Amino acid sequence: MAILIGKNTRVMTQGITGKTGQFHTRMCQHYANGAQCFVAGVNPKKAGEKFEGIPVFATVREAKQQTGATASVIYVPAPFAAAAIDEAVEATLDLVVCITEGIPVRDMLHTRYRMQGKHTLLIGPNCPGVITPDEIKIGIMPGHIHKKGPIGVVSRSGTLTYEAVGQLMEQGLGQSTCVGTGGDPVNGMKHLDVMQMFNDDPQTEAVIMVGEIGGSDEEECAYWIKANMKKPVVGFIAGLTAPPGKRMGHAGAIISGGKGTATEKLAAMEECGIKITYNPAEMGKLMKAVLR
Amino acid sequence: MKIHEYQAKEILRKHGVTTPRGVVCATSDDAAAAAQQLGGTTWVVKAQIHAGGRGKGGGIKLARSADEIRRYADQLLGTRLITSQTSPQGQPVRLLLVEEGAAIQQEIYVGLAVDRSQQRVCLMASSEGGVEIEEVAVRAPGKIHKAFIDPIAGLPDGEADAIARAVGVPVASLPQARAALLGLWRAFDASDAVLVETNPLIVTDTGEVVALDAKMSFDPNALFRHPDLVALRDLDEEDPAEVEASLYGLSYIQLDGDIGCLVNGAGLAMATMDIIKVYGGTPANFLDVGGGASTEKVTEAFKIMLRNPHLRAILVNIFGGIVKCDLIATALVKASCAVSLKVPLVVRLEGTHVELGKKILADSGLPIISAGNMADAAQKVVVAGKGKH
Repeated sequence: MAILIGKNTRVMTQGITGKTGQFHTRMCQHYANGAQCFVAGVNPKKAGEKFEGIPVFATVREAKQQTGATASVIYVPAPFAAAAIDEAVEATLDLVVCITEGIPVRDMLHTRYRMQGKHTLLIGPNCPGVITPDEIKIGIMPGHIHKKGPIGVVSRSGTLTYEAVGQLMEQGLGQSTCVGTGGDPVNGMKHLDVMQMFNDDPQTEAVIMVGEIGGSDEEECAYWIKANMKKPVVGFIAGLTAPPGKRMGHAGAIISGGKGTATEKLAAMEECGIKITYNPAEMGKLMKAVLR
Repeated sequence: MKIHEYQAKEILRKHGVTTPRGVVCATSDDAAAAAQQLGGTTWVVKAQIHAGGRGKGGGIKLARSADEIRRYADQLLGTRLITSQTSPQGQPVRLLLVEEGAAIQQEIYVGLAVDRSQQRVCLMASSEGGVEIEEVAVRAPGKIHKAFIDPIAGLPDGEADAIARAVGVPVASLPQARAALLGLWRAFDASDAVLVETNPLIVTDTGEVVALDAKMSFDPNALFRHPDLVALRDLDEEDPAEVEASLYGLSYIQLDGDIGCLVNGAGLAMATMDIIKVYGGTPANFLDVGGGASTEKVTEAFKIMLRNPHLRAILVNIFGGIVKCDLIATALVKASCAVSLKVPLVVRLEGTHVELGKKILADSGLPIISAGNMADAAQKVVVAGKGKH
């Protein structure tokens, strides 16, 4: 089952003709059922051309009509990326995964405002994407480190998610779906939205939730878990040693006004019954222990 | 990107916010002359540095004569001002803002920032002006009034009035307060700000509403559409190492420990700092090399880290994934040679071609310590750092 995406998902790439779009579309095509899943590209100036056998269309709407694609992945450069999300939402796609990093906050505030009441789910921006191992990957994560299995993974960051997956694999634990929600302050799906899906997914038996300093996504998710979650959750928050007021790479990773510290988040998570660790090398082992 | 108070006030004035009349001065002669230029009987001398907490730090002085202005200017110009928000060494004062004094009837805090959970810009106001808002948030959260602003419609007049009333602005001054609040919002919106703060916004004895202070910070990702704001950037106010790192696509922040970290990805970089602490060390920096760890990037990263006199060892933690480990290993070897690395280097590589990468490190003849996983790497670097001196 897994969540969000599977082998029957059909995907278009917005920004397929750029260097990043080309590289990662090729990698996604080569992963599991990717050759069947990646069916269209979008670039208004290159409509009618083909990339690796994938037809390029002028608009998202046209790509959807011609190929039946219901999901998109965006590699469009930052100044134009929010407009690319808007186009996908207007075309009523089911899912948009926006990889692009560096989109102005104001653009995302407007895009999220326009998305209110709309059908489309957004993951990202500034995220690694989503993978349902051995079926499909939409994004920039290394496919080969994953394996199908019972553990759901949700995280804001890229390489820290790969680290969590690597540790699960050392314990012989595969993954149902891994979702990177992204490092920006204004984004689409949050930990909570993904957690609700994992709770309802029969394949997922337990979840690793990786967070970081800034905002209150993890706390909000933790309170929901306390009241509703039927499955064990293991958690880690990066940034225990981060000083306040300093932006740690991600636009959202900043302790501001004394709020959003790792200590606060871990305390809230522990109080809500999540098994937490202060050691980022122990995520996999802790999950193994919880399942036993 | 932050700017100075006097620059922020210029922007606010363009959007209809009243500020005190003032003169920007680089010398005490100019500062003393400002008294006559501005007129009146009291003046405020304000050190222009980017950090907050200037009042308590002694960077804001009330003067009653031109001589007094000169005395304060002499005290401040060319010295380092230490506040709760600067480094322990403080920040050099190069410019002063001399303003006309104001007859304060009431002080209000107003701030605008992006609220992540509401996904709106939040306007916050409190009747406890002149005080740190974080303090109010803890002590009297009920005194902070908020409005979440619709990005298309903006701040409606009625909502601005309601906020002004809630923080106790007298009825006679409501039109002026409305103009100030709407102006603050327009300045925020038009300049892609991430923070606009005026603490205090005051009501004067004649009922005027005036922004005595102004703080603005802008979204770095939106600066491409604001060349006018980019021109306001003051590199003297920024950490030179952080500025240099950004030129090479590196995200670097110096901390007060002694173990340097070089990591790909912000989340993993923070986790690497954390695990060094778990095993008894302290990180010397946050450093995210981003997607591609090229020889050039790694060399520059090493150079920047090595400028830190406290550095005792370096931990490289790369989860390659799609980037191949052999390429990273080659970059590390070349960079180590380029900077004639003397401190111990512990390397943890993961991802494609990891065995080949480890072989390149081992065959290099350099004393590079290889680690199998994050915990192993952290333990080894803490030991290596202690053994060095």
